[in-house]
Amino acid sequence: MSATTTKPPALGRKHTGSLVWHLGALLILAVILYPVIWVIGASFKPSKDIINSLQLFPGHPILSNFKGLADGIADIKIWTFFENSLFYALGSVVGILVSCSLTAYAFARIRFAGRNLLFSLMIGTLLLPYHVLLIPQYVMFQKLQLVNTYVPLLIGKYLATEAFFVFLMVQFMRNLPKELDEAARLDGCGHLRIYWSIVLPLCRPALITSAIFTFINAWNDFMGPLIYLNEPGKYTVSLGLMMFRDSDGVAANYGGMIAMSLVALLPVLLFFLAFQRYLIDGMATSGLKG
Amino acid sequence: MGTAVTLVKDSVPTTRKARSAAPVTKGRRGRRENLAGYLFMSPWIAGFLLLTAGPMVASLYFAFTDYNLFNSPKWVGFDNFTAMFDDPRWRKSVEVTAKYVVIGTPLKLLLALGVALLLAQSRRGQAFYRAAFYAPSLIGASVSIGFVWRSLFSDGAVVDRTQSFLGFHVGGWVGNADWVLYCLVALTVWQFGAPMVIFLAGLKQVPRELYEAAEMDGAGPFRRFWSITLPMISPVLFFNVLLETIHSFQIFGSAYVVSNTYCGPADATLVYTCYLYQKGFKDAQMGFAAAMAWMLLLAVALVTAVLFWSQKKWVHYEEDAR
Repeated sequence: MSATTTKPPALGRKHTGSLVWHLGALLILAVILYPVIWVIGASFKPSKDIINSLQLFPGHPILSNFKGLADGIADIKIWTFFENSLFYALGSVVGILVSCSLTAYAFARIRFAGRNLLFSLMIGTLLLPYHVLLIPQYVMFQKLQLVNTYVPLLIGKYLATEAFFVFLMVQFMRNLPKELDEAARLDGCGHLRIYWSIVLPLCRPALITSAIFTFINAWNDFMGPLIYLNEPGKYTVSLGLMMFRDSDGVAANYGGMIAMSLVALLPVLLFFLAFQRYLIDGMATSGLKG
Repeated sequence: MGTAVTLVKDSVPTTRKARSAAPVTKGRRGRRENLAGYLFMSPWIAGFLLLTAGPMVASLYFAFTDYNLFNSPKWVGFDNFTAMFDDPRWRKSVEVTAKYVVIGTPLKLLLALGVALLLAQSRRGQAFYRAAFYAPSLIGASVSIGFVWRSLFSDGAVVDRTQSFLGFHVGGWVGNADWVLYCLVALTVWQFGAPMVIFLAGLKQVPRELYEAAEMDGAGPFRRFWSITLPMISPVLFFNVLLETIHSFQIFGSAYVVSNTYCGPADATLVYTCYLYQKGFKDAQMGFAAAMAWMLLLAVALVTAVLFWSQKKWVHYEEDAR
């Protein structure tokens, strides 16, 4: 972040300006955070009060919503969904880190014929709506009898199809000094060695940003699992949540559904609290720097 | 969420520069470099052929066939497209999506820009607010938040009560065909943090001297915004408009969850992808669904082309950007 800040001169006197500023910011904050605080409070309310009670936190908090989760849904342990989501998310992270960094290295540090053409194609896929690929990909995985496995969900991550992360890493690698490569090359290092021992360690911030975004995207992913997984034992948390509602009916166990919604949000919120700098800076700089 | 965040315009000059500065290396060294390049690229190339280019061609072919996944595809010419234009539900889905994009995206971007301008005025507390406002962008697409949204906009819940208190009673938005789409609009506007972060980073790069000079010339705050801030951040604005628009064309999960899997009542939230999903995966009309997907691609391509064409008129790039 640069040190210069845009500060159009304050409109009125300095402290009234600052007071108005904080009031405005706090007001937005309240609206923004309301749904998150609401879901925390609601998960401790009895089902019948969740919608109609305007009290954010119940006078008599109950734990039965969470205890009920231990029984699982339709004979499936809640933990199963979390295990599946964890497998999906971590599998995605590994795939993205390996495949996108290899691709980015080639774009950023190797001069090979056709590089510019491939780079334009890669940028083009950034803007391509995924839905154009949805039907034929499904047909292909169906013919290969891979529907109802995690292969269709994970394979793209191992083949660097998420152009955003390739782009993020290319931008980062381009800014590393070229002298590093040249020195290493004089010492007899090949590309694999330079990639592994020099470029990757220096790219840690970009790798961390990509890893966290990948984890969160996979954790939240809904359409992929909805289309490819059809056996409840393989469901991710997103699908488990839907099943929860479908099996119990909205009114019957509203409390359990809200409690599980909260539990499902926790990993993302924790990641956010721990790594918000990486996420926000990664987001901001990738949009700006060439 | 997974919006691609990149400044597309940047890729072009960089590529061009690389081309002029680095003529393809010849000889043994060059061949070794080519080999290394393609080896490193091989996962991406495989992915591009198998998961992007191949499926695109297949999808175009399916669009002209009658195909239910079990029998082999039967060529039907333009039948899927004519059936589509005659289908009132398809037309409804176009209308719903257009409304969602045209209302939701500008609101979200205006809020993002407004809040970014507010935050840019003070550095104390900025990092905290920036982080807090960004958080919804990470969780907004989850099923959990879909349920929360559904609850908050139900009959007798907080939104309804607030509205009634202010004197115009609507009841729950989720059960009301006239209002339920605005529930989705509210959900996308709630996620204004991602474009806001990008605006904020853009605002930080505007040189302060410009404001000081303008102030000395007697320009008021509105004038300064119009003549300095806006042109200076126009590349960032362009980037946000492009990505947010493309992204909101593709809304699926939130509509599916908030409107209880059937995208209603009365097809009021039958967004385009929701109908595509129903046609392809519920009715097994893969040909029709593929034709729909190509129409979506054309729409997105058209919007992208118009935006890129229009940027000559309003986007101001600094010559020495690097």
